[in-house]
This record gives sequence, C-alpha cells and structure tokens, in this order.
Amino acid sequence: MIEDALNWLDDRLGVSKGGRSFLDKIFPDHWSFLLGEIALYSFVVLIATGVFLTLYFVPSAKDVIYHGSYLPLRGQKVSEAYASTVHISFGVRSGLVIRQMHHWAADVFVGAIAVHMCRIFFTGAFRKPRELNWIVGVTLLTLAIMNGFLGYSLPDDLVSGAGLRIAYSILLSIPLVGSYLAFFLFGGKFPGNGSIIPRMFILHVLVLPAIIAALIGAHLFLLVRQKHTQFSGKGRTEHNVVGSPMYPTFMAKTTGFFFMVTGVLWALGGLVQINPIWLFGPYEPYKVSYAVQPDWYMGWLDGALRIMPSWEFVGFGHTIPLEVLLPAIVFPGLTFGIFYAWPFIEEKFTKDHAVHHILDRPRDRPKRTAVGAGALAFYFTLFAASSTDVLANFFQVSLNTVLWSFRFLVVIVPIVVALATYRICLDMAGVQGIGKRKRALVVTRSAEGEYATLPSAERPGDEHHELDPAPVPVRIEGLDSDPDSGTLDPLSAAPGIRRAPR
Amino acid sequence: MEGSAAVEDRPGEHEALPIASFDDPHLQPYARDPKRAERLIAVLFVLGILGVIGYGAVFWQGGQTQLEGGFLGGGLFFIGFGLSAWGKYLLPQGPFVESRHPMSSPEPDREAMASAVVDRGKMVFRRRGFLGTLLGAGMGVFGIVATFPLIRSLGPKPGNALDTTNWKKGSRLVTMDGRPVSVHDLEVGGSLTVFPEGYTDSIRAEATDQTILVRAAASSIVTQPGRETWGPAGYLAYSKVCTHAGCPVGLYMEQTQQLLCPCHQSLFDVLDGAAPVFGPAPRPLPQLPLYVDAHGWLRAQAPYDQPVGPGFWERS
Ligand code: FES
Repeated sequence: MIEDALNWLDDRLGVSKGGRSFLDKIFPDHWSFLLGEIALYSFVVLIATGVFLTLYFVPSAKDVIYHGSYLPLRGQKVSEAYASTVHISFGVRSGLVIRQMHHWAADVFVGAIAVHMCRIFFTGAFRKPRELNWIVGVTLLTLAIMNGFLGYSLPDDLVSGAGLRIAYSILLSIPLVGSYLAFFLFGGKFPGNGSIIPRMFILHVLVLPAIIAALIGAHLFLLVRQKHTQFSGKGRTEHNVVGSPMYPTFMAKTTGFFFMVTGVLWALGGLVQINPIWLFGPYEPYKVSYAVQPDWYMGWLDGALRIMPSWEFVGFGHTIPLEVLLPAIVFPGLTFGIFYAWPFIEEKFTKDHAVHHILDRPRDRPKRTAVGAGALAFYFTLFAASSTDVLANFFQVSLNTVLWSFRFLVVIVPIVVALATYRICLDMAGVQGIGKRKRALVVTRSAEGEYATLPSAERPGDEHHELDPAPVPVRIEGLDSDPDSGTLDPLSAAPGIRRAPR
Repeated sequence: MEGSAAVEDRPGEHEALPIASFDDPHLQPYARDPKRAERLIAVLFVLGILGVIGYGAVFWQGGQTQLEGGFLGGGLFFIGFGLSAWGKYLLPQGPFVESRHPMSSPEPDREAMASAVVDRGKMVFRRRGFLGTLLGAGMGVFGIVATFPLIRSLGPKPGNALDTTNWKKGSRLVTMDGRPVSVHDLEVGGSLTVFPEGYTDSIRAEATDQTILVRAAASSIVTQPGRETWGPAGYLAYSKVCTHAGCPVGLYMEQTQQLLCPCHQSLFDVLDGAAPVFGPAPRPLPQLPLYVDAHGWLRAQAPYDQPVGPGFWERS
C-alpha cells in the first residue's frame, strides 16, 4: 500500500532518492539546538492565533461608542480597533486566551531568536560556510522586532498610543526627510488622518509575516543544504554529522516539542495576564500612562532614549534632534550593521578562511566570548535603564542619581564583564577535564594508619559506553520475520537482545 | 525496462545501501527499561487527552480563561512530552552518522559556470553598450517613478503644519468637555489640561493643542524677559507635548513646581519658563501667553510663538 503510493509519487516527481536522504538527515543531539526550534514553533503559533484574531479585529481608527460586555467602558468613545480588541477579550469565547497567547508567542519568538543567535555567536556557528544563514537570521530578528512593535500598536490603547507617538517623533528626527516620512506614513501630522492603523495592520498581518515566512524557509533550506554543525565528540569530524536521523527519532522528538511549546504558550495565554488594554483605556493624546513598559525587546531602545544627554543641534536654520536621532536611529542602525558584518569582521581579524562544521566551545575562544559577553552586558544595562523611574522609586534615590549611574554603568559594566569573561575563559581552558562529571574520591586508612585516596568504584549506571556512529540502515533485517510476535513492536520481542549497552 | 537500464549504468549503487540486523545495538531503545518508559508515556498521553477534553468541556460550558489555559495548555504539553519521550527513549538510540560533502563544486564546474556567465554577458553587451545604457536608464527611471504612488500618495506634505496649532489670538481656554476656564477655577498649586475653544472634538487637534495650565503663587515666578504679562494671576500655560519625543507632560509636582514627562523622565521647571532641568528633553516647553477677559475667562493673548513638540529638520 504505502510502497505503491511512494512509487506513484516517484514515477511523477522522482522523489525517492532525495526523499530518502532527507529521512536520513542527521540531527546532532544537543539541548542548545532546541532554541531555534522554539522560535520556529512560536512563529507557527503566531500565524495560527493571528489568523484567529483577524476574524474579529477591526483595523480602523473610526470613533464608536463602546457597547460591549466590559461594563467600565460602556458609553465611552473609543476607536473601532480598540473596541474590537476589547470584544475579542471579553465577547469571544477563548478570545482572551488566544489574544494573550498571541502576545506571549511574540515575546517568546523574539526571545528565542535572540538566545538562538547567542548560541550561534558563542559557538562560532556563523563561520564559513554559514555566513549567509547568519545574515538571514539577523534579518529575521530585525523583522520580528518590527512586527512585534506593529502588533503591539494595533489595539490603539493608551500605552501603545504613547509608543506610536514616540515612533512618530523618531521618524521626525531624521534630518532632511524626517517630517516627510512621518507625514506620509501617518497621513499627516500625528496622529494623522486615521490611516496609520490600517497601514500597520496590513504590514503586520501580510507583508512582514510573508517576508518572515519566506526567510524562515530560506533559513531551513540553507540548514538542510549545509547540514548541521556539531560539537566535537566521539566519531565526529569536519566531514560528517553524528546524531539522530530525521525519521523517526527526530521527527517524534521535535513534533513532541512543538506540542510542548504550544502547550506552554497556551497555558501562558490563559494563566498569565499580558497587555490588559481594558485597564489602560483607549488612546487619548493628552492622557498619561504611568510606569508601563514597552514589550521587552524594545527595552534597550527605551533605555538608550532615557540616558541620552539632551543634545540638540540648532544652526543654519535647521534643527537636528540628536537626543532622539542618535539613540533611536543611529544606534540601532549600528547595532544591526555590526550584527550583519560580524562573520566578516571576525574573519578579517582571525584570518581564518577555513570551512568549519565543528563548533567552538566558548571558553576556547576567549576573545570572541569576551566581546559577546560585553555586548550582552551592554544591552542588558540599557534594558535596565528603561526602568530608571521604577528603580528610583524602589531604592528611594533621586532620578538624577539613577540616571547618572546608568550613564556611567553603560560604559563600565560591559568592560568589566568582558575582561572578567576573558579571564575566566583562559582559566577554564587551563583546567584538565573541566565540565566533566567527577567521580567521588574515597579516603581509606590502612591498619598501619596509612591514608590513601582512591577514586570510588563506578556505580551501576555511571558507565557510559558510547557506540561508534553507524550509517542509518535502509533495511532492517529480522524486523518483520519475527516468528512469534508478528508485530513490528521491537519492545515486545525477547528481552535478551533488546538490552543493548549504552 | 528503462529503470533497469539506469541501474546498470551505475552498477553497484544499490548494494551500498546500509542494512542492519534487528539486534544491532544502534537500533535498540535508549531507555534502560523500555517497559517503564512505555508506561510513563502512556500515562502522559492519558493526562494529555484528559486535559484536551477538559478544555472542550470548559468551552462548552461557556468558557473561563484560566481553566481554558490550564486544561488545554497542560493537555498539549503532556501529549508533546509523551511524544518527545517516545522519540528519546524508545526509538533507535544511534548514534548515526551521515557524511558531509564540501559545498564547493569541482574546479571544472566552477570554471564552466563562471565562463558561461561572463562570456555570455560579454556576447550580449560587447558592441551594444549603448543599448545596455538605455536599458539601465529605463529601469532606473521606472524605479524612481514607481515610488511616486508608493510614497507620495500616502499623505500630505508637511508644509507648515508642524509649526502651527489651533490656538489663536483670543482663543478661550476650555477643558476637555468644552467648559471654559475662569480665573477662579484653580487654587494655587492646581493644574488642568486645556484646549482652544472649539477644538475638543478631534483627537488630531488634541494631539497638538493640548496645553497644561498650572497656577503658581505669582510671587514665586521667575519672569522671563518679554513674558511679563503672560501669566496673569499666577496662571501659566505650557504646551503639554514633550519637546523630547512628544509624550504628554502630564505629571505636575506641586512641591517642586516641576512637570514630569512619564516617557523618559524629563523634568521641566514650571516657575522658570518650563526649562528642562533633567532628562533628555532639549528645550523648554513653549509657553502660551494668557490674559483674563472682562468676564474673568482665561484667553490666549497670541498663538504659541514657536512649534510645539519634538525637534525636526525644518525647525529653525
Ligand atoms: S517624551 Fe518626554 S521625556 Fe521623552
């Protein structure tokens, strides 16, 4: 039956050869390889929940009087976008879960991409031949952040409206073309003629997701074409990949993992409140929202805006608002520019033009690891700076103190972290067998009073015989000729041959 | 028949296919005790099914957010966990190996590709550089013109829209609900958001016109040169649009006589012409000159004397 179907397909498309090698594709087993999968599955969840949301969301800035089921808002003038988002939350069954799940999935999506990117960076997986995939990945991160911001802005609530107002001012700060850009995009002076919401909507639900989906496709295609990287280990070389085959092992594990990610996101959506726009209220340009932070992936930019000194250039009949332009346009531009260029920068410094498939352990590359750790410390400090007001309240110090501390910290912390990381890497590289599990030592005293230290005997279960890697078999002899069982279940056969040493 | 001929062309290819015997240790489950793993997975699947059914039941009963989240989230998680465990413990443990071939093609192929691209390109363009230039020009012009409808139709040109507000000479100050503000409305230390009369209906007008009115003790005000008459009876009116990034500067702190912007914590000194004393805001909030008319209503002497809000290129 199944053979017939496969042959039918092969006669028409010639899929057997490529298909078989795809089934044999080897996935190295390492926990850090799951990070990219979390991002991928969050994206699937985003698409699914996003489609659900579009069934109810009305992308319109038109004023309506709210008549829905949320009593405190009844009779208020709100935009259709806001009203429909409140309706999704209270008037649609499971609507709130799915709306919150969508928001959580977006936060997890960007987070997983960022952590995945750290993994790639610290293990040197971006090196030749994978520079292109690094570039695709950095683009995905940029687009994920942008689409996250667009989605966050759509409900037209008080908090996101303030964010949008800041985005408008950031556009405005660009020399020469800024005011034109801002006016074209918003359809006039802020908040424009009401066209920004439908425009963000089409970008958010069609244009950017389509590009993201295409790039994810490219990302995975490159991954299959170039095969996975792997850490060094028994039988692993630059010329092979060792791990589990696509079918059935990896497929079972990863499908299971997909359900786990989905389950966690769904549970977050139902149990952990996020972005309760009905508490924020609809956007009114003159109303103030207190102590509300943007989504986490915007924190570093918010922090940069806060600690930037108030330098504005005025002269020759023009104004250049450097206090906005530098932290909000130039700085992220530089950030992503350096991300894009990193594989080439490193190649320039190390003069290493070789092909690499075996991953570095971070401690073996102290310089790169130090740079990466310093950069992370830098962005974390900026992130912390996005809550200067909260910190000032919490520590009962003046805003001024907090602000100036951050202006210094943002320079000092990265340097200290980078130097410390460098040192630790060197030290770790000098210690034999570091990171391996150590066996307990037994101190014995002989009858003569002599002391001796011996490694303890191996407990059962401690032994670890790693098999040499073998090619994935095409045909398995003896599977269907098992005389008495008559089933394909390997577990039901005699136990003697099933218990292979591991 | 054709198929067998193809096989004969590449003799031996099929013989190389790896075959394993069933008791090959690579094919054995990873778990020490597969029976136990099997039971555990079964329990996980059952829990998963119960969770999903639970969600269905809650939904049927009208829904309840937390229960929905807990049931379906848990259900999916357990099913996924079971399936992952199945993959990890009961399927062939390997390790398996796949060989890797260099990405680069053999030298002759590379050469052939490069020559084909370069030589055919030369063939096209060698004596027809002129046509090539024209084609390039056509594409370029199209590229530029195509952006006209894409960009230009989107919105109006800024013109002087950023320089103006709806405040006019004599505009009466009104609150959000359209009530005019009289000179007796605020105690010293009070504050109010005001708009020009007739412009409280549109969110677009509010965004630019919003003005914060505070009443300070007249004696404490540091009078700016040229603004001697702008604050009758201690009433000071400043644009509420932050000069940093445009958030409403909404927090009036009476004790320190400062206005705080909630977005990035810029502080403005109310008594000293709303000069920025802290944070990233580069300029004072523009001040609206006020007077009290014969009936005691507060009115604007004149519009703002400069653009309100954040800086931009055309601002001089
Ligand atoms: S918008 Fe007011 S401080 Fe940034």
